[in-house]
Amino acid sequence: MLRKLFDIFSSLKLTVVLLSLSCVLVFLGTMAQDPLGLYLVQHRFFQSLFVDYVSMSAAVKKTLQMLHIYVTPTTAADVMAAPYVPVFPGGYLLGWALLVNLVTAHFRYFKATKKKIGIALIHSGVVLLLLGQFATDLLQVESHMRLTEGETKFFSESSRQSELAIVDTTQPDRDQVVAIPVSRLSGTFQHETLPFSVEVKAVFQNATPEFVTTANDPAAASQGVGPRLKFRQEPPVTRLDSRDVPAALVELRDGEKSLGTWWVSNWLAEEPLRRLILQQSGPAVREALARPQSFTHAGRTFELAMRPMRFYEPHSLTLLEFRHDKYKGTEIPKNFSSRVRVQRPDTGEDREVLIYMNNPLRYAGKTYYQSGYDDKDPRVTILQVVRNPGWLTPYLACVIVSVGLCLQFGMHLLEFARKRQTS
Amino acid sequence: MKMLKRLVPWLLLALFVAELLAIMFPRQQTGFHYRDFGRLPVLLNGRVQPFDSVARNALLQIRGTASVPLGEKKWFEFWKHPPKLRSTEWLLEVMLKPEIADTRPTFLIHHPDLLGELKLHDKGIEKSGLRYYSFNEIQSVVGEIGEQGRRAGRVDAQLRTSFQKEALKLAQAVFLYHRLKNSLRPEDSADFAAEIAAYQSVIKPGLEAAQAREAGQPHDEQALAALLRPFKRYDALSQQAYPLIVPPLHPETHPDEWANVGTALMDALHHGEIPTAMLFFARLANAYREGNAGAFNQALTEYEQWLAPRFEKEVRKGRAEFFFNHVQFFLRATITYIFAFLLAAGALLTVTVTPGLAETLRRSAFYLVAFAFLVHTAGLIFRMALEARPPVTNLYSSAVFIGWGAVGLGLILERVYRIGQGLAAAAVIGFVTLIIAHNLALGGDTMEMMRAVLDTNFWLATHVVVITLGYTANFAAGFLAIAFVLLGVFSKLLRLPVREAEAAVAGKASAPVERATIGQALQKMVYAIICFATLFSFAGTVLGGIWADQSWGRFWGWDPKENGALIIVLWNAAILHARWGGLIRERGLMNMAIFGNVVTAFSWFGVNMLGIGLHSYGFMDAAFKWLMIFFVSQFILMALCSLPLRFWASYRGGDTSPGQRNGTARSPQPLAA
Repeated sequence: MLRKLFDIFSSLKLTVVLLSLSCVLVFLGTMAQDPLGLYLVQHRFFQSLFVDYVSMSAAVKKTLQMLHIYVTPTTAADVMAAPYVPVFPGGYLLGWALLVNLVTAHFRYFKATKKKIGIALIHSGVVLLLLGQFATDLLQVESHMRLTEGETKFFSESSRQSELAIVDTTQPDRDQVVAIPVSRLSGTFQHETLPFSVEVKAVFQNATPEFVTTANDPAAASQGVGPRLKFRQEPPVTRLDSRDVPAALVELRDGEKSLGTWWVSNWLAEEPLRRLILQQSGPAVREALARPQSFTHAGRTFELAMRPMRFYEPHSLTLLEFRHDKYKGTEIPKNFSSRVRVQRPDTGEDREVLIYMNNPLRYAGKTYYQSGYDDKDPRVTILQVVRNPGWLTPYLACVIVSVGLCLQFGMHLLEFARKRQTS
Repeated sequence: MKMLKRLVPWLLLALFVAELLAIMFPRQQTGFHYRDFGRLPVLLNGRVQPFDSVARNALLQIRGTASVPLGEKKWFEFWKHPPKLRSTEWLLEVMLKPEIADTRPTFLIHHPDLLGELKLHDKGIEKSGLRYYSFNEIQSVVGEIGEQGRRAGRVDAQLRTSFQKEALKLAQAVFLYHRLKNSLRPEDSADFAAEIAAYQSVIKPGLEAAQAREAGQPHDEQALAALLRPFKRYDALSQQAYPLIVPPLHPETHPDEWANVGTALMDALHHGEIPTAMLFFARLANAYREGNAGAFNQALTEYEQWLAPRFEKEVRKGRAEFFFNHVQFFLRATITYIFAFLLAAGALLTVTVTPGLAETLRRSAFYLVAFAFLVHTAGLIFRMALEARPPVTNLYSSAVFIGWGAVGLGLILERVYRIGQGLAAAAVIGFVTLIIAHNLALGGDTMEMMRAVLDTNFWLATHVVVITLGYTANFAAGFLAIAFVLLGVFSKLLRLPVREAEAAVAGKASAPVERATIGQALQKMVYAIICFATLFSFAGTVLGGIWADQSWGRFWGWDPKENGALIIVLWNAAILHARWGGLIRERGLMNMAIFGNVVTAFSWFGVNMLGIGLHSYGFMDAAFKWLMIFFVSQFILMALCSLPLRFWASYRGGDTSPGQRNGTARSPQPLAA
């Protein structure tokens, strides 16, 4: 029985089947990106054991649509709402199966001869690559840092996740922060440092702002921007170049007493989004948006905000200069570069670095890439910040596999040439 | 007779070489020195290029051709050369004699709904099923074209219907034409040299008056008004003029500060005088309008002499690129590949009947492919030198490079097995890829500047070149597999022993030493090429990941283009493992290799049509149709390949089924080949 299983797992037939299924999976995952968006596709197709039925149908429908056969496309919302019915092996299942297949096949066939060195190298490189990518999937954290010239930051911000932050600003020299990820927002919660409890009345994964026009609008909040602005739920976005902007309505209570309700949203916290609101609003709303939403309770001052989740560092980055040139007479970007100052108070380190395209800064386990700019404000740079402990594995794997392939096929070629010569 | 057989290949080659030489060393210019004008450097799309490139790319965008034919000829009358306007001649007309340019059949409009909407069905001239219109013919509907274009422009690029795309394209063409008209002088200027002289004379008094007014002192209102009028005119002109034709005033410190006509004339206010180059252009304009070739050529020569010491590099670039445009290396290669393919196919078909003729044909094909390959290589290297970049920088150059690689591979194979299939496959891929490249070039400048993230010769030279070689190898394997299927099903060639065939075509009566048949030789070729395809695809894909890691911190992002490359790698691996495991034999290998064509075409072209991802080049309707036709043709070939052996001409009769005649064709041992 065990023997039989081993034979199946180590068979080349299985290899071919798995490789072919992988081709199909990658193809369908590519097709599904248009209707579902990259993020959802990664989760449902590549970082899963099985692909669910609805995601699969989205991919198939997109393929039909490309062939000019009209079908109603499946949306991201359909996928989220539908029950999870596995119909096709996902990336993790195929990846692990290939790994097992590869390792067992080596036990079955491998003989330590000179001829097999190439194959062994190729396969060990592939194993390294697969494991490295699996580790990356689990461990990689991506965030970004937006800096205006002259600005210093000790933290980077998540591009995807947001948090509800309650900041105690009573003391002038330091803030005390309590932050809750948006994904965990629900019900009522308390924190020992806060003299009140937070009751979440509504959470929208994606929201759009609206002006409050009538006096007794039930969707309006009582505090902060509440009398001027409210938020409406939107379906989640799927396009690669856009993202969800969450919002929440919270009520703060001290025992039985309500301190009021607040709308919080990334719309109010992030500069480009704020700008969009400001463009369309009158003086009253501008006045309301001018300051952070703050209040005083029990002799302490608090600020309330929903903002991109922050990752604090022991070091800081200061943007000294940002350059963004275009080719003369065109809109084609020629180069971006950010001259930054890296400071680390605990070690006294202090140096200047130039970050530009294809030349990131690797520092303290993080890598800072020149990633973007703000088309409204020429002094702003956007750096992509990535923590990926496994970043070196593809480099190694590439070298190992390429050497293996060259050895293997080079030997074939030599043999072939020799045969042709002698015949 | 034997002598003739030897001579024919050389004569054919000499014919093609002579044609190339005639084009490379043209006759002395008479009349207007158009070629010299075409060489003058200007700045457009962020790079220095000759007027001729501006003209050529604009004409390709507007008309879809690089010249404007003025006479008619039937498609088979290749000996006739009706008069035509070359690109530079056309540009000069548009810039300086717009009233004549407006009568030329310049605008290509072929969407039937658009023609109906604009009521143009009964106007224009038809050529090869396409309708061309002069500006005069569409003038009455220019307003509507603009409106349709604006409407289409508001729709998201991916959602546009083919009507909207055509409308937008036409609106852009009309706009571009309008800009070209105003690129050397204002369209309505009667005597440009006089106009400029008049402007020069009002600059000084006008500026003095302006300064006086600024200081609150009494000033000459008339002098101010006299300056303000042309200033407004040139301000408007600076919005319209297209190429930046006036070289920088301070090339040492600001080498990028080229200006268009309008800007240069406006800037004259800062410097107090009109740039020297502008005076030359004014003289050229007047001489051209008066039809005075002598004065035109004189002004041209003087301008060249003025440029030479100041803009040595730019002048050299302009001349080099003009030469490149003029010789049209890739077009020459395309034509030669077609002839070579016909000859190679003829050689394959006649090898069993008349071996002597077959060898003459094969040899001719070999010389022509080798010659076309050299021209192709020269074009590739010339392009690399012009751009100062590795060979592949965009989709256009990837097509050129894939063709080049495949032809090189085919030539090598032909050296190993001298039977003609290598040549046939090479010529077909070379021809098809260059046709694809030609169509991609219709989008505009193919040497555009690289955006910041791509601006790295290291990664362009490694990742891009390696992955493109991966595509190349896959196509080469796929096309050889197609040759296998076609020859196997329709001819008896596959069962012919290679040495016999080689001996037959070489005219020598040597006994066959190697018993392998052509079918088995093809199988070996396909297998070997797939091995290399695996190597290049894998290395290229991983290098791409590493580049991505370097530039935005993500080794793998499941971007459509990355996925396409990954599918190729997986498919190649599947083919190799299937063979090592004995799951497939000859025909299975061929079928998988043909499907490799589909996979590779999807990765190379198909993913660009999904309209998503960082690598998208834009939506290409026509290309999509052709891609589908290609896919269908591949599936038909696969079905053909799956026919039972009794339908195969090569294996009918039973005794020579593939893989049994010779033990080497099967590989019983897994994990080795």
